[in-house]
Amino acid sequence: MLVDSPPQQRAETAPAPPTRRAIRSFGLLLSAAVLALVAMASIAIGAKELSLEQVWHGLFTSTGTYGDVVVDERLSRTLLGLLAGAALGLSGAVLQALTRNPLADPGLLGINAGASAAVVTAITYFGVTSLSGYVWFAFVGAAAVGALVWFLGGSRGATPVRLALAGTAISAALYGYVQAVMIMDKAALGRMRFWTVGSLSSATDSTIAQVLPFFAVGTLLALALARPLNAMSMGDDTAKALGAHLNRTRALSMLAATVLCGAATAACGPIVFVGLMVPHIVRSFTGPDMRWIMPYAAVLSPVLLLGADVVGRVVVRPSELQVGIVTALVGGPVFIFLVRRRRTAQL
Amino acid sequence: MRTAVKNSRATKANRTSGANRAARALRMPGGFSLRLDVRAVTVVVLLLAAALAASVVLIGTGDFPIPPGDVLKTLVGNGTPGQDFIVNELRLPRVLVGLLVGASLGLGGALFQSISRNPLGSPDVLGLGQGATAGALVVIVLLSGDATEVTLGALVGGLLTGLAIYLLSWKQGVHGYRLVLVGIGVSAVVTAVNGYLLTKSDIVDAARAVVWMTGSLDGRDWEQVWPLLALCAVLVPLVLANARGLRMTEMGDDVANALGVRVERVRLLLMVAAVLLTATATAAAGPVSFVALTAPQLARRLTRSPGPNLVPSLCMGATLLVTADWASQRAFGAEQLPVGVVTGVLGGVYLLWLLVTERRAGRI
Repeated sequence: MLVDSPPQQRAETAPAPPTRRAIRSFGLLLSAAVLALVAMASIAIGAKELSLEQVWHGLFTSTGTYGDVVVDERLSRTLLGLLAGAALGLSGAVLQALTRNPLADPGLLGINAGASAAVVTAITYFGVTSLSGYVWFAFVGAAAVGALVWFLGGSRGATPVRLALAGTAISAALYGYVQAVMIMDKAALGRMRFWTVGSLSSATDSTIAQVLPFFAVGTLLALALARPLNAMSMGDDTAKALGAHLNRTRALSMLAATVLCGAATAACGPIVFVGLMVPHIVRSFTGPDMRWIMPYAAVLSPVLLLGADVVGRVVVRPSELQVGIVTALVGGPVFIFLVRRRRTAQL
Repeated sequence: MRTAVKNSRATKANRTSGANRAARALRMPGGFSLRLDVRAVTVVVLLLAAALAASVVLIGTGDFPIPPGDVLKTLVGNGTPGQDFIVNELRLPRVLVGLLVGASLGLGGALFQSISRNPLGSPDVLGLGQGATAGALVVIVLLSGDATEVTLGALVGGLLTGLAIYLLSWKQGVHGYRLVLVGIGVSAVVTAVNGYLLTKSDIVDAARAVVWMTGSLDGRDWEQVWPLLALCAVLVPLVLANARGLRMTEMGDDVANALGVRVERVRLLLMVAAVLLTATATAAAGPVSFVALTAPQLARRLTRSPGPNLVPSLCMGATLLVTADWASQRAFGAEQLPVGVVTGVLGGVYLLWLLVTERRAGRI
């Protein structure tokens, strides 16, 4: 079930030649430039269109004009999109490397459903109404389900099918619970139906301040794991022979993925397929080296998320389409394409 | 992957040898003979008895309780006019819808699980329920339709989703895992659409939609019974007539081909039947979760026989749904929960157990 295992073995043994490294670094810079453009677009486009000069003015020489206020509003939304996108992309990359499974995705693995179930519990039974309260519940839910899927989906030799099925089954069960709660509690329904689709619109500066530490810790942890995960990609025995701590790496990877995904889910609601698509696309041009996949995923995932957010703001004017809906509508077909492209013998 | 294949072969062999012990040949005059699995027949008879007993108890349950003896008397036409109204007009249709929906879901689930060769390849996981929900939500939220139109919308949604899954997983034949994974992808897209429709609705419509999405037998009358009954009367014999071919395909496409089964034709026919059964059942009662997933698994464990176990699954589905409906009425008293909540909770617990044991056995 391994995908691209032979190149993975080569990548670690032979360091990339300088030219290739230069190309990749240049590509990363280019991606960052694209990200900056998309972020600008995310600030400029919306119910009130702003010109790039106005955006610039609002960002750097704010004088409190109407345009500056709009920029300020959209800035926090854009920042949250940047952070959450990077977190989802990184957690997807870590999960895909950890499970040696190109179909691993926080949404598909039920981590989102765990966070949803925990959040609806928090709203209904613990009377939590603020984001700072949700975050902790979302974490606990995400971590519990992450561990459960990992255990059920085959901690010994996980295959894409097993993990996807275990994740989907647990998601189905948890969403059943979420629905039951929403039937009994109209107030929870009122809140949850907007939270469950995944949206950036609730972003404020305090939201960002609350989740920022988690993003920072998770990102550092994930980046530090690039090397051990590279070793793990060669199979358990080889990795052990190379001096990798298998269990420690696995536990830390799960932790990093859960912290990143849990924080993103707590702040924006469950957003599927960003963590699946971006690392997958990135791998097709960086090769299997996690030291390149992770930075690229961290830069390009926000491009997708902010892009989806901008699209969602534009297509159904004057109302907007939540970003989670746009990513699922784009991601579902991509997922099906990936499934179909692989040879029958593998699936 | 290779070890999984080896394991599944080994378990299949075990199960087959286990079944041979229970089989008897039923010889009839004129040289005909029929292979009879004694245990399976016993299970079917017991399940039918349980379903009927649960139905009688369920008819007697409610604000105006009626003892089982009186229920039986009323059913054969000897009750008081009051009892006759309550039993035959109010409660009997609800129970019949429950039985038929459970039977359709059980049979549809068994077909899907056999076709995808995967215990989790049930309509819930594949997104048929989500598709039917999307159809119903369109009617509830965008068109503000009445109950009949919601049913029709759900039917159309379920059928379209089934068609989409089949076409998207078609690639020189439909392979089990691809079917499941494509189903998961389709399910995610449809779920997003459903989420969007929910956020677009006002809170009254949203509450109605969520109740529908959970699956409920509340207020079902004879209008829902007849289409279900007609469909089951056509599809169940059709499916059972092709059960032999389905059982052969479980041994692998090549073997089945060699044994004279037209694999893709049987599969297409049975998938269409399974989609129709599931979509109609979902249209009548909402996407009652987990019956389609659990009924075939429980039935298989009770009969201990290999193959799709279609008839036991059908009986098990009917028994499960009626029992769950009774539990949802009894357990929560005045504040009735929809039956889908009970099947969801029970099914969730069962599913976790199933995943653990299947993992231990190296299947899934």
